[in-house]
Amino acid sequence: MTAAQAVPGALLTGAAGWMFVIFAVLALGMAVAVVVARNPIHSALFLLSSFLLVACIFILQQAEFVGAVQILVYAGGIMVLFLFVIMLVHQRGVQERLTFQHQWDVALLFLLVFLLPFLYVLWTERFPELPQNLDAFRTVRGKIAGNTEAVAWVLYRDYLLPFEVASVFLLVAMIGAVVLGKRSAEKVD
Amino acid sequence: MRDLLWLVPVFPLAGFLVNGLVYLFSHRTSGAPHPPADQPAAESSLAAGHPHAHVHLEAEPKWKALHTIVGTGSVALSCIFAFGAIFDVGIPALSSGAHHVLTLWRWIPLGVNQATGQVPGPLGEWFVDMALRLDSLSALMIAFVTFVGFLIHVYSVGYMGHDAGYGRYFAYLNLFMFSMLTLVLAANFLLMFVGWEGVGLCSYLLIGYDYHKKFAADAGKKAFVVNRIGDFGFILGIFGVFALFGTLDFGKVFAAAASNPTAYAPWMTLVCLCLFLGAVGKSAQVPLHVWLPDAMAGPTPVSALIHAATMVTAGVYMVARCNVLFRLSPGALLVVAVVGGFTALFAATIGLVQNDIKKVLAYSTVSQLGYMFLACGVGAFAAGMFHVLTHAFFKACLFLGSGSVIHALGGEQDLRRMGGLARRIPITYATFLTATLAIAGVPLLAGFFSKDAILAAVFEAHFRQAPWLPKLLWLAALFTASLTAFYMFRLVSLAFYGTFRGTAELEAHVHESPKSMTVPLIVLALLSVIGGWIGIPIVRGGDRIGRFLSPIVPALGGARVEEHAPPVSLEVALMAASVGVAMIGLLLAYLWYAKGEGRVPARLAERFPALYRVVANKYFVDEAYDVLFVNGLAKGGGRLMWEVDAVWDLIPNGTAAVTRGAAWLSHFFDNYFVDGAVNGVADSLQGGFRLLRRAQTGRVQNYALVMGAGLFCIVAVYLIFR
Amino acid sequence: MTITINHFLVVSFLLFSIGLFGVLVRRNFLTVLMSVELMLNAVNLNLIAFSRRLSDLTGQVFSVFVITIAAGEAAIGLALTISLFRQRRTLNVEEASSMQG
Repeated sequence: MTAAQAVPGALLTGAAGWMFVIFAVLALGMAVAVVVARNPIHSALFLLSSFLLVACIFILQQAEFVGAVQILVYAGGIMVLFLFVIMLVHQRGVQERLTFQHQWDVALLFLLVFLLPFLYVLWTERFPELPQNLDAFRTVRGKIAGNTEAVAWVLYRDYLLPFEVASVFLLVAMIGAVVLGKRSAEKVD
Repeated sequence: MRDLLWLVPVFPLAGFLVNGLVYLFSHRTSGAPHPPADQPAAESSLAAGHPHAHVHLEAEPKWKALHTIVGTGSVALSCIFAFGAIFDVGIPALSSGAHHVLTLWRWIPLGVNQATGQVPGPLGEWFVDMALRLDSLSALMIAFVTFVGFLIHVYSVGYMGHDAGYGRYFAYLNLFMFSMLTLVLAANFLLMFVGWEGVGLCSYLLIGYDYHKKFAADAGKKAFVVNRIGDFGFILGIFGVFALFGTLDFGKVFAAAASNPTAYAPWMTLVCLCLFLGAVGKSAQVPLHVWLPDAMAGPTPVSALIHAATMVTAGVYMVARCNVLFRLSPGALLVVAVVGGFTALFAATIGLVQNDIKKVLAYSTVSQLGYMFLACGVGAFAAGMFHVLTHAFFKACLFLGSGSVIHALGGEQDLRRMGGLARRIPITYATFLTATLAIAGVPLLAGFFSKDAILAAVFEAHFRQAPWLPKLLWLAALFTASLTAFYMFRLVSLAFYGTFRGTAELEAHVHESPKSMTVPLIVLALLSVIGGWIGIPIVRGGDRIGRFLSPIVPALGGARVEEHAPPVSLEVALMAASVGVAMIGLLLAYLWYAKGEGRVPARLAERFPALYRVVANKYFVDEAYDVLFVNGLAKGGGRLMWEVDAVWDLIPNGTAAVTRGAAWLSHFFDNYFVDGAVNGVADSLQGGFRLLRRAQTGRVQNYALVMGAGLFCIVAVYLIFR
Repeated sequence: MTITINHFLVVSFLLFSIGLFGVLVRRNFLTVLMSVELMLNAVNLNLIAFSRRLSDLTGQVFSVFVITIAAGEAAIGLALTISLFRQRRTLNVEEASSMQG
């Protein structure tokens, strides 16, 4: 899985390119299924597969650590949490009569309109042509070490503050989830 | 052939004379052509406004045949001679600036004033010739005026066939063609003004054609009076031109202005604004737009010819003709562009909620005329004239199509009582849909190219005083394009799709129109498709009409005309934007009216009743004019008569009147202004709050949508102005 | 098949739009949360693509943070869902409109 630097701006070529196309199309298909499925359990499973496919794309892009984190945290943690809650609140036999809310036409219209600036940017924006250095993702102190080490090096040195803030955030989230999930005091078990 | 150019306006003049005299003669003995109002037979269950609705005595067959042949034949001959003259001079010659001036005779022969030696301006000429001028601009105009006019004359044969005033109708129509062709072919300001007044007169005559109906007669008067206000400005402008240049001949005036721009520039703004006032009146721009929707009281072919394809474009023609003068005054061009852009948007919003099929088209015309003035205001005179041409095709097709619908329904004009007509009147439907797609700007049809040319020109314009203005105007024009697509497809959906909403009696009456009506529709629909192919952008050599009209817009002061073509990617992006918004408009109209049977707009109207009321009542402009001008002048005029009678008691009466007036003024002020302000503030605040409360739906997803829309606006603004 | 940054932009935009559509339109609160996760995923995709294009690790680090925040947000969101369900016995977002007016 190598990238060609002969064509400037190419990120993937050849077989890797086709793999990206397959993953991307499938991921988009799964995403549509998430939004369209009636049963939330189906939505959750489609979301799970979407995550896995996107993780594969990450790995194609030399972001192995992020890919692994995606699978572990997203697919392994968040989706399991989702499935737990779905099972908890799922009322058997009660399905939504209408899947979509009444503003679906306006939302669709808005999205179509939103397409316009995107297309404009896509056609006119020229991103800077920097030489691609794949080894940047694996180098630690001048030696090839691996993506995880490289990310860790950057994370714990240059981005230490955001890292600490993120851990505080997780703490707050945990406490918040516990508080919100508690039954109210008046209810007697 | 080119020296027979004078026949082009004269053929219709002869037609007018023949038709008029024959009509007068044939009706002298038969009394009033319309039945008196107390005849019960005049009552009809079908709506008024259409010849079928009246129990008319039809014209006698032999006179009818004469009127038909003379009426349509004169215009046909005019058309043939017009094209003959054009091809005689030759299109390549016209494209490179050839102009043929045919001087018939000296009209106002005052000679050069040698006694005092004082002549105004450097070219002092105390005479005006009866002269016709054929250059690329007037060639373009007479080509489509005669051709579309001819088609409409043919259409009128079928539409007005059962009307007793048939001869009178064709006489007026021929007189109109004569006036319009005089206007267009005139080689000097004065002759153009003659044609200008002539078309105003014919507009009055034809709008009030059914003069025994009060609203038609009133509409005719209104059109004439409002036009007159504009004509006042036009006359002042002509005075200004004569004072500055000493001559009224187009060629000499524009050559002098172009070769010596700095000498005339200081006065140009005033002169051009006066001239533009004339155009505002004639072409129904805000604030003098009020006559055009009421003019729909006239027969539909009249609306098609006069108030869509030809007369209302005379204002644009005049501005394009005088482009040299306008370009010497950036301030005047700014005013033209802003008025045009504002009118386009303003009229389009009103057109959204109209329920009469012809009113929608009337406001659409006002809106499209705004586009043409917008184009002229940013200096793209060729684009503006291109839109005049394509607009003539599809708007005439739309009006004639609506006439066909009205004819099929025996006079019904209310969209709420139509529906499902597509299968029953297929030819009308097909041509109407084609013209609708053309006006909406669907790619490859006529309207797409002309509208796109205008939008591109607006986007790249420069106004030194307000550099942000072109982008704002472009946004407004783009939004208007979307509205145009929307309300036109709304019209199509309400009239042709769904189930029929009228009475059963009406439903049985529905029938396709005769060939004399459908053939012009088909021709015009065809022209709506291919008419735009003479102005293809981007492709090298595709912009034939731009090159054809280029000699009309000469360089100023000896500067070379720079050709800076915008980058292709920008052009494509702009095209995509205009097509995109048009598609959105079409799609939304389809979803709401064709599929949704109008439930969503009905709910919207219920949720915002005040806003709906304001827009549906045309923003109460007519009512405001009523209060400000009509009543004020009427009361003032009446008062004047009283004062003249009491001239002997002038002093005591005068003092008493002043005192009374002061007391009344103070009472009026207290009642209306002070109380009104207090109550009005409270009421409007309350109304505003009630409106704002509607935004608090309590549903998170609605809020999210609005946030998304706001984000989009920020992104869009950033992308435009970075 | 040569994949450039534009392809990534298109894919991430589409993914984002699908997620946005789901957020705006679905009635089931859980599905709305899942659509939010889709949107965050699309952002991640974008970040990784640009990280690769500019040969800068910052994009990948930022992605890790985004995943972290997504996890925290999903936890809170699900806790809210449970709370909503206990109060109203329904997962229909439209029912939670007591702030109307």
